Amino acid sequence: MGKTIAQKIFDAHHVDSPSEDTYVIRLDAVFCHEITTPIGINDLVKRGKDRVFDPAKIKVVIDHVTPAKDTKTAIQGKMLREWARRHNIIDFFDIGRNGVCHALFPEKGFVRPGFTIIMGDSHTCTHGAFGAFAAGVGTTDLEVGILKGVCAFKYPGSIKIDITGCLREGVYAKDVILAIIGRIGVNGATNKVIEFTGPVVDAMPMEGRMTLSNMAIEAGATSGICLPDMRTVEYLWDFIKDEYDSREAALEAFNQFASDPDAEYDSVIQFDVARLEPQVTFGYKPDQVKSVREMQDTKIDQVYIGSCTNGRIEDLRIAARVLEGKKISDGVRGVVSPATSHIFSMALEEGIIKIFMDAGFCVTNPTCGACLGMSNGVLAPDEVCASTTNRNFNGRMGRGGMVHLMSPATAAASALAGHITNSRLFQL
Amino acid sequence: MKNFSGNVLFLDRSDINTDEIIPAKYLSEVTKALLKPYLLEDLKLSGFNPEKDIHGKSVVVTRENFGCGSSREHAPWALELNGINLVIAESFSRIFRQNMFNCGMMAVELPKAVIAHMFSAFSDKETRIESDIEKSSFIIQSGDQLEEISFGISSFDRDLVAAGGWVEYADSHY
Repeated sequence: MGKTIAQKIFDAHHVDSPSEDTYVIRLDAVFCHEITTPIGINDLVKRGKDRVFDPAKIKVVIDHVTPAKDTKTAIQGKMLREWARRHNIIDFFDIGRNGVCHALFPEKGFVRPGFTIIMGDSHTCTHGAFGAFAAGVGTTDLEVGILKGVCAFKYPGSIKIDITGCLREGVYAKDVILAIIGRIGVNGATNKVIEFTGPVVDAMPMEGRMTLSNMAIEAGATSGICLPDMRTVEYLWDFIKDEYDSREAALEAFNQFASDPDAEYDSVIQFDVARLEPQVTFGYKPDQVKSVREMQDTKIDQVYIGSCTNGRIEDLRIAARVLEGKKISDGVRGVVSPATSHIFSMALEEGIIKIFMDAGFCVTNPTCGACLGMSNGVLAPDEVCASTTNRNFNGRMGRGGMVHLMSPATAAASALAGHITNSRLFQL
Repeated sequence: MKNFSGNVLFLDRSDINTDEIIPAKYLSEVTKALLKPYLLEDLKLSGFNPEKDIHGKSVVVTRENFGCGSSREHAPWALELNGINLVIAESFSRIFRQNMFNCGMMAVELPKAVIAHMFSAFSDKETRIESDIEKSSFIIQSGDQLEEISFGISSFDRDLVAAGGWVEYADSHY
């Protein structure tokens, strides 16, 4: 019987099996941010274990609340800064060159096919878009990752989601993943890896694949993996060109992890997108999904475009296409947060920032902020936000607030209309 | 080893996420103890009053997919600070479940029918659970009504509970 990509990565990183189905695996990278790491650093110091397994494999960013909004968040940043300095961690991204971790680290070339990565952040599954096994963990797992470079997981079973058909104009990766979560449920992939395959994934740019993989956790998945191909190689080429003679050679090396044709899956789901319309959530769970048409006329107070799900340059370009030459509705506050400094800079050069500003959007610096109700766009009770983020949980963007998840195109169109609506890029 | 026995808090809902268990606005704390008053502050469950209902409880019994969403270990910490070291559910999110055992706490899965029975027979009255980790069994009791329920956890999970968590285990093994 063949193996899946996740199983091959596990086999290549196996350290120990403390019980029958538990695999302790060696980590290629440990990512850290200022929300879940400082409390782990405190714990390691208290235990007399203030060490790091390999400073070159630890990548650190301040992203959740940046610039600091109060004394507490300033202290979190300070602790992380001092810790990185103390352990000679070179790849530390502070204000001015930081960004939302799951947009920043791929952009810096820190993710490779076949890698094993953990971070104290549930959306770490995003990096599976590169054919890596990447998983969100809690602070204790993060501490052990920092200290020993290992993490324990169950040997992974996978659900293969074969995405077929051809996406209609105005329908994006976000609509696909929302529809998939709507179908399999918030518990549909718990303890499993989702492998996204098929012609729709093959045709998707890396940004779209990252959106797919990013929300795998919303179905409970440990990781969401796309198989590496020439697009993956192309995205990484500047970082890997000294390691391989050619792009083909790089792909051949990456393909050592590719799932076997006879790999065994826990289940295989065929998902045809040919008739898929733009999607939006309606309740407090990401699997409560309807078409935008069914939710049309839902009034909104705020539009948020950004986050590790949809704050990349492709997302801003699409939103700008919808907004160009138009003004957002009087009753709506528009907030856009380019996910990294590099994306911000590209958006400036391409005139996208001007389009957003002319439309009436507030452009904020890169940060996770509003997505989890920490800063830069928190909702008041009973306010409604059309958001390109990943979670519509009760209170997520502010106590008593309501969040509707959607694509950047739908969010931009809704900002113009003052209520949820399809963008003109989509026509029935 | 931590205490795994005491009065039961029944939470009759599936998919209770970690934002509900401890909202993100409290994640700027770098001292765990400060999380204590905010446990389940944003839980959407009719009739639930965190200020009144949590006090004196040591075990949570709930439905499916408890602890989904964010990876924040602040969720188990907030439970532990309120004296709750054991959550019994039909199922858990992977990260939450692992976080519990990594802290030397327990997240125990029981079949849907058993959980349904616990709710129907006990959730409307004061109920206590006594855990016997060696025997892998719970005694659930209310007044003179008493039942024994057996459970299974892996030997690795058992080792983590005995070691008081994953940091000490990993540092001595790897």
